Amino acid sequence: MSEDEEKPSVDLADRNVRIGGAPGSGGEFQSPFPDQVLENVLENVLIFLTSRQDRNSVSLVCKSWYRAESMTRRELFIGNCYAVSPRRAIERFRRIRSLVLKGKPRFADFNLMPPDWGAHFAPWVTATAAAYPWLEKIYLKRMSITDIDLALLAQSFPNFKELVLVCCDGFGTSGLAVLASKCRHLRVLDLIEDEVADDEVDWISCFPENETRLESLIFDCVDCAINFELLEKLVARSPFLKKLRLNRLVSIGQLYHLMIRAPQLTHLGTGSFSHTDIVAQTDQEPDIASAFSACKSLVCLSGFREIIADYIPAIYPVCANLTSLNFSYANITAEQLKSVICHCHKLQTFWVLDSVHDEGLEAVAATCKDLRELRVFPVDAREDSEGPVSEVGLLAISEGCRKLQSILYFCQRMTNNAVIAMSRNCPDLVVFRLCIMGRHRPDHVTGEPMDEGFGAIVKNCKKLTRLAISGLLSDRAFWYIGHFGKLIRTLSVAFAGNSDMGLKYVLEGCPKLQKLEIRDSPFGDSALRSGLHHYYNMRFLWMSSCRLSRQGCQEIAWRLPRLVVEIMRGHTRDREEDEMDDSVEILYMYRSLDGPRDDAPTFVSIL
Amino acid sequence: MESTDTYETDHLKATELRLGLPGTVEPQKQSPATASIKSNKRALPECAKDCSSNNNSCASDVKDGDCACAPPTKAQIEGWPPVRSYRKNCFQPKKNEPDVTGMYVKVSMDGAPYLRKIDLKVYKSYPELLKALENRFRFTIGEYSEKECYNGSEYVPTYEDKDSDWMLVGDVPWDMFTSSCKRLRIMKGSEARGLGCV
Repeated sequence: MSEDEEKPSVDLADRNVRIGGAPGSGGEFQSPFPDQVLENVLENVLIFLTSRQDRNSVSLVCKSWYRAESMTRRELFIGNCYAVSPRRAIERFRRIRSLVLKGKPRFADFNLMPPDWGAHFAPWVTATAAAYPWLEKIYLKRMSITDIDLALLAQSFPNFKELVLVCCDGFGTSGLAVLASKCRHLRVLDLIEDEVADDEVDWISCFPENETRLESLIFDCVDCAINFELLEKLVARSPFLKKLRLNRLVSIGQLYHLMIRAPQLTHLGTGSFSHTDIVAQTDQEPDIASAFSACKSLVCLSGFREIIADYIPAIYPVCANLTSLNFSYANITAEQLKSVICHCHKLQTFWVLDSVHDEGLEAVAATCKDLRELRVFPVDAREDSEGPVSEVGLLAISEGCRKLQSILYFCQRMTNNAVIAMSRNCPDLVVFRLCIMGRHRPDHVTGEPMDEGFGAIVKNCKKLTRLAISGLLSDRAFWYIGHFGKLIRTLSVAFAGNSDMGLKYVLEGCPKLQKLEIRDSPFGDSALRSGLHHYYNMRFLWMSSCRLSRQGCQEIAWRLPRLVVEIMRGHTRDREEDEMDDSVEILYMYRSLDGPRDDAPTFVSIL
Repeated sequence: MESTDTYETDHLKATELRLGLPGTVEPQKQSPATASIKSNKRALPECAKDCSSNNNSCASDVKDGDCACAPPTKAQIEGWPPVRSYRKNCFQPKKNEPDVTGMYVKVSMDGAPYLRKIDLKVYKSYPELLKALENRFRFTIGEYSEKECYNGSEYVPTYEDKDSDWMLVGDVPWDMFTSSCKRLRIMKGSEARGLGCV
């Protein structure tokens, strides 16, 4: 999901806006006022306005436009579930069909946030169940969802069509079973990188017996055994199915049987791409290559969770049409990658493991001239691991893939020159995330900090909105970011900077900054103060293991009453100790229309 | 958090060749400090059992044979590098052993209608392999000894090696076995006479 800019839709300086009901709700029977005519007209026009930024602007024109907009908004996007209460949201918007909710900040993915922090879906599902019976779609990211929530969802929305859960947790296969059995109009069930408990319930068997409307079924993260026969029958009675991503417990033999039943697939996650341990006496290897040949519409391929290299050639028939290929779970060599990638001329999105070495990346650069997004993940995600990719691979990619827009690159060594070269070769970069895994690592050729490399990125890539920095970095790098990074919305900082000046440069220089996440950097209270003018315009600020004091954070809370300032200890620290300690381990703060939340656990202090 | 490894017997441990400093021990599989794993969660997948999800050790990823514990490096930092646990737990560092061809071998047993396939890489020693075979096929093999082979067993494990010869499982060192074994056959004891055992 691209992170669109989010403006507060109501000015926090306390506008006196009355939230009216439907037009003509005064109860009096009169000929329609000009205002009401206007509202009716507006409603008919505003139906067509879908962008939330545009709608936010519309709602600020006057009360009448505000009312019309709130009656016609169909999708409700809430970037931070604690920024507004469910009650306030449903009071303003009466006719929502689609809900997007985001919860925990991204650093929670890396265990930096203690568990049970919050972001519960429960109050939202309860409120919307009553208010939006015609709700069709829900998209949740980093929320805590229980099986009970899913059951309530399934029974409250008779027209429910699409559920997308990304990086969520708290539920299990029993919740999925209720969804499958009760949501008769379900078109999309996408479970992406969630943690799903294995309740040993066969949820696949719970889909209705007759033909389904399923278009997308993604469950590659659900690490639970399924009844394959029932899955096969489900696929056979789902004629509209276009996207299917299997979990790693599906063998290649089983994959074959599914593929021949669904040659119309456009997106396929292959499961293990390996054997189970049972092979019948007749020992027929499935003709998996023919199954791929039959899938003429396949454009997106992923899975390969336990890939057996011998089977790689089976995918050759579809390579020429692929626009997206995810090998990020496939521990393959450069040679094995080359045999595939040489056919993939249309590839735009490519995720891969660094097991392919710089050599593999050179092959990508040679063929994939249309590449827009590249992610290189580490097989061995430790600080002191070997690091099979380096500046060589990055340079090759920059020279071969000039249209690159988004890159995530994990490595152990890098040079400023390679990063500078990328900034010049790939001017379309919108997302640049470089993770040099060894902390404080300088340019390994010159020994200098990585300031100049990142400086070139912010200077030359004029469309850049998302940046993640790493390696040895001084305040100079931050000066560059504040000076040139005028469009940056998301910034991720770790183990970087020398002094408060670093953070000050960024807070004073980047007007579009929305999401700032910082860990283990020497920024203190003085730096925090320098962002007072901007915090109401941000979605959140996260600072962990920096140099903040409770007093400093308290001051921010006093000065900005609409900001919720949460401080907490990480879960690696003993809660009882350091009661007198003034230092703040984790600061997480965000604007909110409804004040501090009431579901904060004991380890969170809200100042 | 580190604690004594529980699945190795003491005497094996004492004679084991390791690269670690004297006195260091193998880390516990799951550190109690990993508070993020909830109690109602499913068990981690098989491949992740030896991986610590909070970077607590350098040796936790190694499953077979020697503890390739590099000399102690700086303590791993929580949540760094920023890779999600699920992804981290899915891999073990690849060993560069070009001679080890394919891990999966077919296993047939006289009298059984189905073959099985097993991954030799999963096992570290003969006792482990034999125990797994006993479990899969529901029979007993008994003790191996050089002189009397699998004396008294109803079944005898054999394998076909690179030269297409049928050999008795257990004669050669484990690593040599895994690199040369092409397929396994669990023979009826009565048929095993030709292999030089009683």
